[in-house]
Amino acid sequence: MKVRVDVMLKNGVLDPQGEAVRHALGSLGFDGVDGVRQGKVIELDVAEGTTEDTVRDMCERLLANTVIESYQIHMG
Amino acid sequence: MKAAVLVFPGSNCDRDMAVAFERAGAQVSMVWHKDTALPSDVDIVGVPGGFSFGDYLRCGAIAAKSPISASLKAHADRGGYVLGVCNGFQVLTETGLLPGALMRNANLKFVCKALDLKVETSQSDFTNGYNAGDIVTIPVAHHDGNYSVDDETLSRLRGEDRIAFTYAQNPNGSTADIAGVLSENRRVLGMMPHPERAVDDGHGGTDGVAMFRSLVASLETA
Repeated sequence: MKVRVDVMLKNGVLDPQGEAVRHALGSLGFDGVDGVRQGKVIELDVAEGTTEDTVRDMCERLLANTVIESYQIHMG
Repeated sequence: MKAAVLVFPGSNCDRDMAVAFERAGAQVSMVWHKDTALPSDVDIVGVPGGFSFGDYLRCGAIAAKSPISASLKAHADRGGYVLGVCNGFQVLTETGLLPGALMRNANLKFVCKALDLKVETSQSDFTNGYNAGDIVTIPVAHHDGNYSVDDETLSRLRGEDRIAFTYAQNPNGSTADIAGVLSENRRVLGMMPHPERAVDDGHGGTDGVAMFRSLVASLETA
């Protein structure tokens, strides 16, 4: 079973990499890009029947640092 | 005084830290990350700099979940001393032994140079060899040293006098110029700059010596 976890910096946490990407887009001539936030996607291949609670536990304990990051779980 | 230095795959300042402790008079043992126990009677555990586990996922995140880290946490919970430098500081925030997180440098540059630090407090066994307000020169070498804490934590750190060092000139965007912070019981110090790289004339400076000497002196008499 595939599970996807999106990890993003929390709102309000400065994302210098996203800012650098925004500047680079501007220099390529893409006007009007007001903001870029860069995160990561983690794909898990887990045993059938793995619960969202278990995946949440994975996120809390390892996949995200909840001091600065938020996560979203997409089951199946 | 007994010190243990943890070694992870990708650690590269472990031997420097061991030498710094040895020269100050400590007996040092190296502890591999797969070990589950620290040597008995260890007074202080050094968590060294480097790129543990290739900085995969987040700097220090995998090391913080390695087998030895449970013992590290238990040691700290018992009131044991811990010094985390650079990647070691990242490991300590990832284990939750210190608040906050180390993010990518705000200017996105890897910074590698000797910097002036201000000693913010001498009220710890790490810093009682300095005077508050002293300026010391200690090298930094990191890409993810941008220390981030929320306002509430920052005011708690200030109120409890737990900011150990600040940068004279902020190289990475860290909150309130913070270079190193202490735990609530003042026995865990995490810092981005490398005091173990400033203990020999050949290093270009010896301002780190006082930290290792004061630790050994305090822990010998304890």
